[in-house]
Amino acid sequence: MFSISRQTWRDAVSVALTVGAYGVAFGAAGVAAGFSVVQTALFSLLAFTGASQFAAVGVVAAGGAGLSAVVAASLLSVRNALYSLQMAPRLETRGWRRFVAAHLTIDESTNVALAQSSLGPSAVRHGFWLTGSGVFIFWNLFTLLGAVGARALGNPAAWGLDAAVPAAFLGLLWPRLRDRRVRVIAGVAVIFSLVTTPLLPAGTPIIATVLVAVVAGWRP
Amino acid sequence: MATVSATLTWTVMIATSALCYLIKLVGYLVPARWFARERLQRINSLIPVVLLSALVVAQALAVKTHVVLDHRMAGVAAALAALFAKAPFPVVVLSAAITSAIVYRWH
Repeated sequence: MFSISRQTWRDAVSVALTVGAYGVAFGAAGVAAGFSVVQTALFSLLAFTGASQFAAVGVVAAGGAGLSAVVAASLLSVRNALYSLQMAPRLETRGWRRFVAAHLTIDESTNVALAQSSLGPSAVRHGFWLTGSGVFIFWNLFTLLGAVGARALGNPAAWGLDAAVPAAFLGLLWPRLRDRRVRVIAGVAVIFSLVTTPLLPAGTPIIATVLVAVVAGWRP
Repeated sequence: MATVSATLTWTVMIATSALCYLIKLVGYLVPARWFARERLQRINSLIPVVLLSALVVAQALAVKTHVVLDHRMAGVAAALAALFAKAPFPVVVLSAAITSAIVYRWH
């Protein structure tokens, strides 16, 4: 951890602070979906992977079954396994450190770490640990703020919280839509879930759209 | 606040956290070649796209098994406008919340 470059610091801190905004949104989403403040805060501490957490509380808010919520969240977190495969040889972790590294393996820590590649292998490690722990601190702090705030406000609809959650999803989706093919696939997924909403039990259309990904990704 | 049972919310929170952690641990414990299949990676890269799209529909246009057009969609439309205007994330979420709350109170 000695002589960490200024660029690595800057990357890590700016990413960690930006994530704070999402933390507030998640805290509010958890409470609006019917989770308690304690459950919402524990969710961020223990799961610590934003998109999956949003998905789990989103399915519950949509009236879906617990199993649907857990499956949707787990599917969204499969990319973390691909990140850990990339980080394992670069971090050269052994023993108990692997279990800490695993918890901090998310979009932000992996991407900042890999972005330091030109500065050498130790910068990659610094980028991972700094960003992972920075995001961990801010994500949890801001989740708590969002949850306590939403609890104090009362009826989520009167404050627009029920629209803030899908808006947050849209914000997460937006950067991926630059690619034309991905835009088409997202459009198909929207139509598919609209059509299946009256046909399937509440919450299951979310899981069912995975079929769209399987069909679209089957061939290059 | 939505009324859902505490058993459901505790179960979802604990099971999701446990599974998400185990999934993260995979890369540190298993050989990389297990994940080398191209098809698996292609499908995996599309999963966030379809799930996020479906979640927007479920949260903005659905009430249980009904498709409903209400204040939430007004909020999401505002978010969409903000995204087109290249607004940062907090502005996107706030514009959705404010628009939705105004439409909700109007009715």
